[in-house]
Amino acid sequence: MHTLPDPAAAASMLNDLLARHGTRQDRLLPLLHALQDAIGHVPPASVETIAHHFNLSRAEVHGVITFYHDFRSEAPAPCTVQVCRAEACQSMGGERLLAHAQQALGCGLHGRSADGRYALEPVYCLGLCASAPALTVNQAVFARVTPARFDALLAAQSMEAV
Amino acid sequence: MSARIYIPCDSAALAVGADAVAAAVAREAARRGLEVEIVRNGTRGLLWLEPLVEVETANGRTGFGPVEAGDVASLFDAGFADSHPLALGLVEDIPYLARQQRLTFARVGITDPLSLDDYEAHGGYRGLRNALLMAPNEIVAAVTASGLRGRGGAAFPTGIKWNTVLKAPGLEKYIVCNADEGDSGTFADRIVMESDPYVLIEGMTIAGIAVGATRGYIYVRSEYPHAIRQLEAAIDTATRRGYLGRSLLSSGRTFELEVRKGAGAYICGEETALLESLEGKRGIVRAKPPLPALAGLFGKPTVINNVLSLATVPIILDRGAQYYQDYGMGRSRGTLPVQLAGNVRHGGLIELAFGVTLREILYDYGGGSASGRPIKAVQVGGPLGAYLPESQWDTPLDYEAFASLWAVLGHGGIVVHDDSADMATLARYAMAFCAVESCGKCTPCRIGSTRGVEVIDKIRDAHLPVAGRAQQVVLLRDLCDTMLYGSLCAMGGMTPYPVLSALNHFPEDFGQPEVSRPRNEHAA
Repeated sequence: MHTLPDPAAAASMLNDLLARHGTRQDRLLPLLHALQDAIGHVPPASVETIAHHFNLSRAEVHGVITFYHDFRSEAPAPCTVQVCRAEACQSMGGERLLAHAQQALGCGLHGRSADGRYALEPVYCLGLCASAPALTVNQAVFARVTPARFDALLAAQSMEAV
Repeated sequence: MSARIYIPCDSAALAVGADAVAAAVAREAARRGLEVEIVRNGTRGLLWLEPLVEVETANGRTGFGPVEAGDVASLFDAGFADSHPLALGLVEDIPYLARQQRLTFARVGITDPLSLDDYEAHGGYRGLRNALLMAPNEIVAAVTASGLRGRGGAAFPTGIKWNTVLKAPGLEKYIVCNADEGDSGTFADRIVMESDPYVLIEGMTIAGIAVGATRGYIYVRSEYPHAIRQLEAAIDTATRRGYLGRSLLSSGRTFELEVRKGAGAYICGEETALLESLEGKRGIVRAKPPLPALAGLFGKPTVINNVLSLATVPIILDRGAQYYQDYGMGRSRGTLPVQLAGNVRHGGLIELAFGVTLREILYDYGGGSASGRPIKAVQVGGPLGAYLPESQWDTPLDYEAFASLWAVLGHGGIVVHDDSADMATLARYAMAFCAVESCGKCTPCRIGSTRGVEVIDKIRDAHLPVAGRAQQVVLLRDLCDTMLYGSLCAMGGMTPYPVLSALNHFPEDFGQPEVSRPRNEHAA
């Protein structure tokens, strides 16, 4: 889980990262990843600074951030669960697993649990197609996941958070 | 005496508890006062057996799997003997593995992926050493003569692509590895990167020397964080040991390599979208020409190849073009790393010479469906590949044989569906996936995919009268025609493959009579 720095700390973090990434446009994606890894998301307030640094328009930077599924403009939930929806997982009950996840977390796809602790996202292939269905919990991969194993993972996750 | 125990560190093993097994082995050995050396090897590709634990014996490595942490104490109790219920005997003798022809994957699963000494001891870097003694055009000629074709799916001859870049004017050229393996049912790239990263690094270095490029990029999808870590560690070691960087191996040649992480866009597996993304832009497809070989990354001549194509180059330069060329059939030379996945008992990586039939893969290797129900359809070549019904399973794995069926062999990914699959649902999914992942540049893909979802929903609407449904089917075929011939790249241009093959071979799932012979079925 990310600890969210206050805006001043986020700004200074951004400046450090910008200095380390140089000004060539091909460093924009690495910079966005680094920023998101550091503070959990790419704050809309940072777009202008980033654009100025790379000598791009704000529209260009906004366009890049919104094109890619990975980049978030808001802080993530403490625990993000990604369930694979691609064909191989479908063939092994991936959609049933997804329905179970929705019920267990009490939210839909792209939604958050009522307590705000869990986010549920789709993912299209984790490369674990011979051990389907697969999912990730905060980027850790799990395969051959049954609804019972999902519940066990979730329980372990809440234990960790306590 | 210290025993050596191998426990894989590949994602497919980690995802089913390999780390917990490794911890349990270490704990159990300590508790019993035994000295054990744990090696975290790559995966053997026998994925239904993961975590597959191996123990070194006088006769070779014996295997146990699938092992859970709770099984570890009993393995020690049994002295890792063949009498244990999880015992598999000598791993090399397991028929699934013994019958393969592993060229690209020769070392995978055997070695510690990050040990450069292991890599060298198993034939690594012999290809590069040979290449350094050759003229650039000789290297390119060897790759051309091997018959290697792009393993990413398009099957364009690799040597011809390299030759274009070699002859292109300019001092600044690039090697780009497409490691944006987003297709469901494919994981061979991931296994190479996680289980034998040096072979990819060596292949890219040879490519750089062949065409005169001094810098390379590996664009890896962000869904593969473990692959990224492995590659970065391997690049670091290769650089420190003089295999990368300025005057590598004191040859006077320079080649530097960097890993770039994607950001969750499937379209970036399309080569021109990937180049845009590497340049820091939205992953929007470029119109071709110009070819990336002439105006690619930063507008410079660029070799852009898939992981498997580049990872196959070292063995060609090591053993010679003829050695590789001797495998295969027709114009499909060498071996194809088949990835068998989905609803199948024995899923995994199967590297074989081209020419084996789909049925042999499904039953002789796969052992039939995982559910025990009859297999209904198999999708070959990823989400943009056709669904093949049983009548087509005697097709040999060969690029041209698949093309003649209006199907694609592509990357060699095979996803199995049993008879509980509804083909109209899968066709709808293909359109929906295209709608989510379209880059938006061309209209047939951007809009056609959304209209496709709507039309399939209408076809599946139980309240629709028969005549209305027939009309919607005509509309769907017409829409597919537009997408096929009007899209800028394979995303929109090939989404009709799964849709039309599902409709043509399984019309009953679309509320159509089974006998209907569609007007634009391209199949012979």
